[in-house]
Amino acid sequence: MILARPKQLHDIGVLGLNERNADYIARLNPRRLYPLVDDKVLTKELALKAGMAVPDLYGVIAHQGEVRKFADIVRDRESFVIKPARGSGGDGIFVVIGRGKRKRDNYRLSSGLFVSEGEILHHISNTVSGQYSLAGQRDHALIEYCVHFEATFAEVSYQGVPDIRVIVYRGYPVMAMVRLPTRASDGKANLHQGAVGAGVDMSTGETLTGVLGNDVVDEHPDTGALIAGLQIPMWDFILESSARGYDVTGLGYLGVDMVIDADRGPLILEMNARPGLNIQIANNTGLRERIERIEALYDPSANALQRARVARREFPARIQADLFKTA
Amino acid sequence: MNQRYVYVLALLLTVVGLAVFFYKWQVLGFPVTENQEKPVWTIEAAVKFDSGPGSIKVQLHVPTLTPGFRMLNENSVSRGYGFSLNYGSGGREAQWAIRRADGEQTIYYRISVYEDDSVDQSDTTPPFPPLPVINEPLKTAVDVLVSEVRDHSADTASFTTELLRRVNDPSPDTNVELLMTGVDSSADFVGVVTTILAAARIPARMVRGFPLAGRQRSADLVAWLEVHDGDQWLYFNPVTGEERLPDRFFVWWRGNERIVNVEGGSNVDVRFAIQENHLDAIAIAETQSAERDAFAVDFSLYSLPIQTQAVYSVLLMIPIGALIMVILRNFVGIDAFGTFMPVLIALAFRETKLLWGVILFTTLVALGLSIRFLLDRLRLLLVPRLGAVLIVVVILMLIISLMSHRLGLETGLSVALFPMVIIAMTIERMSVVWEERGAFDAMRAGAGSLVVAVVAYVFMGMSWLEHLIFTFPELLLLVLSMVIVAGRYTGYRLSELRRFRALSTE
Repeated sequence: MILARPKQLHDIGVLGLNERNADYIARLNPRRLYPLVDDKVLTKELALKAGMAVPDLYGVIAHQGEVRKFADIVRDRESFVIKPARGSGGDGIFVVIGRGKRKRDNYRLSSGLFVSEGEILHHISNTVSGQYSLAGQRDHALIEYCVHFEATFAEVSYQGVPDIRVIVYRGYPVMAMVRLPTRASDGKANLHQGAVGAGVDMSTGETLTGVLGNDVVDEHPDTGALIAGLQIPMWDFILESSARGYDVTGLGYLGVDMVIDADRGPLILEMNARPGLNIQIANNTGLRERIERIEALYDPSANALQRARVARREFPARIQADLFKTA
Repeated sequence: MNQRYVYVLALLLTVVGLAVFFYKWQVLGFPVTENQEKPVWTIEAAVKFDSGPGSIKVQLHVPTLTPGFRMLNENSVSRGYGFSLNYGSGGREAQWAIRRADGEQTIYYRISVYEDDSVDQSDTTPPFPPLPVINEPLKTAVDVLVSEVRDHSADTASFTTELLRRVNDPSPDTNVELLMTGVDSSADFVGVVTTILAAARIPARMVRGFPLAGRQRSADLVAWLEVHDGDQWLYFNPVTGEERLPDRFFVWWRGNERIVNVEGGSNVDVRFAIQENHLDAIAIAETQSAERDAFAVDFSLYSLPIQTQAVYSVLLMIPIGALIMVILRNFVGIDAFGTFMPVLIALAFRETKLLWGVILFTTLVALGLSIRFLLDRLRLLLVPRLGAVLIVVVILMLIISLMSHRLGLETGLSVALFPMVIIAMTIERMSVVWEERGAFDAMRAGAGSLVVAVVAYVFMGMSWLEHLIFTFPELLLLVLSMVIVAGRYTGYRLSELRRFRALSTE
């Protein structure tokens, strides 16, 4: 079938871009709150204040004159990540995983390539002048802790760091997926760039089948390993942290991106006021149905832990989970 | 609640827009289609006479009440004469005066009129005419004729018809014969008929004018009979008795007086010439509504200087482009660079025409992109790099223009200032997407932009639409309300039906 019938999509409860923008983002996400999530430095500060775990910040380069501070900031670091504070969709992120053995100003990227310090400085200059920011405005470059990712998803990732995206509706986690980097995505965990998204059973934290582009896939395109049936560690903690993202930002329709560090557990990477909709394909479920369920049992006095429990109770994966248990 | 406001606002905008539109269309007569022309007749009266020794005063009856026609303008050409317009008993009179004149004199009076069915005979109801003083034996003849006609008629109209039948009878009775002695022109004839009608206490008068048809170098005045039946004036053909005006009959003046009266001149001769022109309906509508002091016309775009008009005819199409963009974005779901970049590209196409525009655009963007990637190797900062891209685009355009000129393709030269900036911006946006999201996404968004631009160009280039919006800018309120309503569309986009197709196969 080339096109789905709108009636059928509606019955499944699939949320479309127009509906998301008009009914949820416009209503629940006041514009004045956007800077809290658009600026990663600010998000980090807020998350820290709320007692959430985030990757350590090594330094911020705020303008062109500070670009040369880069060498100082990373002097004692073997690995780190450079990202634009206002970047979107994972654009403009450099993951440095090591240095040249003889020349310490040669950096090894997660893709395996070596780049010179000049190239990195150029990248930072571009970042600061706003190449990756949402409206091309001036930006800051963040240099932070590089996550040593936990082994659960090693089989289903091609370089890069897989991350977990949780959609939080008015403080209640409603849907989640694991985003797995591929060769095509250049190690980035961004579905637009070719990463695989795997649905997650909200009640167990086990992965379901994945989505690549707009198609359902069972195996990772590069490693060939099965995507489904992997248990995400510390799932309770992840749900609670993401639920807390609402308390920190006040955004009623929120995407919380987390990574699992081998040493430090789940860390909040960033939050997103306009999370994408492909998560529905990954979970083979529409978002609207779950949102309506939350509307029905919304309790303004519930804390993050209670809200996370509601998510576990209410949103078990329907068909897929059963399939895998019998198989 | 929110939803309702949106629809109320949209409805309000639609109603206001449509109301102004209909007012201007139906009442003020602005044309909805382009190049609508109306016939306009210019009637010229030339009064010729030999001047006498003393001062000269010329009085000419000019059109006052002209059922079926509206006056566009009038003027007089007369060297050295003082000119004034007065109201006389038979309507308006033009008056020329001069202290001294030598030799043959010619005075011109010109009036331009166009057909307008809404102009009616708004003349007042006349009093019953006084009984004419008629000497015997004519008096008896009139009395007998009147009483006979009265016996054979029921009302004013039938009385007039019966009377006209009798006076036009090829073998008239003796009374009619007596009355018509010495009548040698149709004017005299109608004059006698009005006298007879006055004797029957029926208000009647002679009407003179022309049936307007094409160009006539020398038009003859036609005398017609006008009779008031107590409610309205009726028109009778004095020869056949038919109750109607000739087609396109333009009434010049009423009454039995002569058309011109020259004091201090001799050998007076009046000649009429009729010229038919076709005038833009907009010009007519404007003149007409200016007379009515219509508010709408003071704010008409046609009152702007021509150059400004040209700019606005383009600018006013941008909302149409925006509407297309909204539809293609929110209903179809086409990926494009920027929110309104494609509309700007479509505007750029106006300067180059579509095919050449698309070729030029893709060529320039492709060349610019490759040079942009070369520049990238130099590791320039964002703004200098943008500047460099812009300069390269200018140079590329220059080269293309010179080359196409060499090859004899003149369209290559028509690239203007505006497209240049748009192309430079597109190149920059595209290269950023290319770098970050890969060639596929960049190509897709680029192609999407081009598709939207082409669709927008097609709509923005529709000359009837352009005319409609330019003449009735209030229609933009309709476009606005459509965009507002589209802003509340929460259904799926066409592209999403494809995107989520995996979900519907259950």
